[in-house]
Amino acid sequence: MSAVIENHHDDHGHHGPAKGLKRWFYTTNHKDIGTLYLWFSFAMFLIGGAMAMIIRAELFQPGMQIVEPEFYNQMITLHGLIMIFGGVMPAFVGLANWLVPMMIGAPDMALPRMNNLSFWILPFAFFVLLSSLFMEGGAPNFGWTFYAPLSTTYAPPSTTFFIFSVHIMGASSIMGSINVIVTIMNMRAPGMGLMKMPLFVWSWLITAYLLIAVMPVLAGAVTMMLMDIHFGTSFFDAAGGGDPVLFQHIFWFFGHPEVYIMILPAFGIVSHIIETFSRKQLFGYSSMVWAMLSIAILSFVVWAHHMFTVGMPLAAELFFMWSTMLIAVPTGVKVFNWIATMFKGSITFETPMLFACAFVVLFTLGGFSGLMLAITPADFQYHDTYFVVAHFHYVLVPGAIFSIMAAVYYWIPKWTGNMYDERLGRLHFWLSFIGVNVTFFPQHFIGLAGMPRRIPDYALQFADWNMVSTAGAFLFGFSQVFFLFIVIKTVMGGKKATGEVWEGARGLEWTVDSPAPYHTFGTPPKVS
Amino acid sequence: MSGGNYYVPDSSRYPIFAAVSLFLLVMGAGGTINGTANGAAVLYIGFASMAVTMFFWFRTVVQEHLAGLDSAQLKKSYVFGMAWFIFSEVMFFAAFFGALFYVRTFAVPWLAGEGEKGAPIEFVQEMGVDFWTGFESTWPVIATPDAGDGYVMADKSMAFPGWSHVLEWLPLWNTVILLSSSVTVHFAHLGLKNGSRKLFNRWLGATVGLAVIFLGLQAAEYYEAYAHYGLTLNSGIYGSTFFMLTGFHGFHVFLGCCMLSVMLVRSVFFNHFETHDHFGFEAASWYWHFVDVVWVMLFFFVYII
Repeated sequence: MSAVIENHHDDHGHHGPAKGLKRWFYTTNHKDIGTLYLWFSFAMFLIGGAMAMIIRAELFQPGMQIVEPEFYNQMITLHGLIMIFGGVMPAFVGLANWLVPMMIGAPDMALPRMNNLSFWILPFAFFVLLSSLFMEGGAPNFGWTFYAPLSTTYAPPSTTFFIFSVHIMGASSIMGSINVIVTIMNMRAPGMGLMKMPLFVWSWLITAYLLIAVMPVLAGAVTMMLMDIHFGTSFFDAAGGGDPVLFQHIFWFFGHPEVYIMILPAFGIVSHIIETFSRKQLFGYSSMVWAMLSIAILSFVVWAHHMFTVGMPLAAELFFMWSTMLIAVPTGVKVFNWIATMFKGSITFETPMLFACAFVVLFTLGGFSGLMLAITPADFQYHDTYFVVAHFHYVLVPGAIFSIMAAVYYWIPKWTGNMYDERLGRLHFWLSFIGVNVTFFPQHFIGLAGMPRRIPDYALQFADWNMVSTAGAFLFGFSQVFFLFIVIKTVMGGKKATGEVWEGARGLEWTVDSPAPYHTFGTPPKVS
Repeated sequence: MSGGNYYVPDSSRYPIFAAVSLFLLVMGAGGTINGTANGAAVLYIGFASMAVTMFFWFRTVVQEHLAGLDSAQLKKSYVFGMAWFIFSEVMFFAAFFGALFYVRTFAVPWLAGEGEKGAPIEFVQEMGVDFWTGFESTWPVIATPDAGDGYVMADKSMAFPGWSHVLEWLPLWNTVILLSSSVTVHFAHLGLKNGSRKLFNRWLGATVGLAVIFLGLQAAEYYEAYAHYGLTLNSGIYGSTFFMLTGFHGFHVFLGCCMLSVMLVRSVFFNHFETHDHFGFEAASWYWHFVDVVWVMLFFFVYII
């Protein structure tokens, strides 16, 4: 106990980070933990991306060329799991760690040690998941949605480890979200009322709520799987009175809010960037908040639109069709607000703004194909085709991932104190923009023509567009290695950034130096 | 540290120790279940290191508190944190209750050929195919659609045995015990608020006692189910939902019991907790009320209706 008191009396107030590896293992600093999250997600993005390259290489031509079908199934499964749980989600948590305390004028996250634990669980969780590749029977091979009975009766033995890795990823997410919510509720600078919070903070408040509500449900789903596989229960087995469809209901009760978990922070990011580079105040702040809240609430009552063809009662088909279409309303509000913000602004197109504009257009496109999929009778045609693959890649890649890249370009001067190379940034944008469209736009065509998803081989009539798609995928993939180069170059050096960084940027994070000092807002600023 | 009012702890080795322990726990658990060599050993090591890490981590938090490092604002962080943690637990149980409602409302009637979605089963049966004939939609359903082919059918369920046997019905006693324990933990809280450590210790001790009795009765009920009713995890969807819901509830009672015991030890041996400053205990008592509410839900939906 005396050690604790002594520590307190030492003047730790103004020292920098610890030296060496200990800094990263033991840190309680939100900026360090944010950096760890961001680098981890980048690593996972490249690993998951490499798996995507294997998938696209196999699909370059019809017939089996490169991998065995069994391995192909493992690749699509791990690609999905890694990109969602290892790529997109940790990247947003990293951004929340870096930005939320600075945006609300807090000295750190509310529960700094738990913050460290939330991060360090992740590398172990993904080590467990990836180690399943080397186990007898191979890695999980049932797709990232792990539907029973593929994931129970017919699953490889490594599924046990997959289940436990999902458990601890969930624990990490829940702890991280509790931290974000508590920070936002309890640590805002005096004067910052809820409706004065930056939109990124709002978006994360809602996201964290969704995460705490649905990650435990996912834990429940995988626990039932574990029990069915190893302990004789019959949750998902009709022979014992259960139902495989029950799995889909529970999974998508988690899964659909999960989709918004991966896009709400993007809405926050894009709102900031469009505001800054239009040099205008954001149009419709309060409607932005209400739109996000509506999307979050609706996300709990739309899940079964993923299961229209599974054989649900007619009333359910209709209910889930209408509730799903309702989501287009608040989403439309947001899109129109972004456009209204740009209207008559003095817009410049620096790299973050390019990514943000591409986000608005391409995310909307993905939203439209989502609306098509929501139409129950039409979905009987589209279900499990490449049209679905095109849809969710449009909302996730030029949606979520473009927003993350936009955020990195926008805030990296604040993080490192160096400006990124604008010429290289724009080149990266155009390569990514072309790559993503060449990859995923043709998948709409082959999907509508009837090509099923999750197959390593396909009929001849799909050959041309698959070839185009693969070419685009490799262009997109290599431009992300280029992105890595740009980021490293910026970390190493570059033109010094001012505190404000961007002309007309609003928010507390721009009132501190660049790079931001190791500790910011030890005494809370006054917000008027 | 911030230099401001809010206490931001220095770098700490506990979190990464906890992460490593968790890693060993899941590798060990996976290995044990899959029957790989040393799985159990890794599991025990992970469990032990997790317990040790948590002990020292919590001890540090208590010491920091006693040293006066935390403020009203930090206390609020703990309050919010505990509340949201309990919400996440609510959602975990929601998954299992959801499964129960789904099988009762949809899956079991359909499997018995009822309704629009049961029609195909009825149809093949009428064609003379021996496909789950004789399976009827009832609840509790101790028969299985495969008539005990892959799953073992139980002789008896845990449902309400009728008024003549009501006093031998363990769930009723468990309800009385758990509801009483919610009252006793509240009395303990009142005692503390009124400045009486003696009352606090006594009522808290009584609560822990009731928790142990509850767990004992629950164990007795499981023994009864396995030994005399033929009701196991393997006896179809009734056994699955029954054991998973009551099992996870029992596990949470065990956790709550551990929390309350720690609070009791802190009060009896270390004189922790003041009249206006006892959130550690309050958090544990919130958790206790939460497991109580879950039990009431269980008693209603699993045992009675």
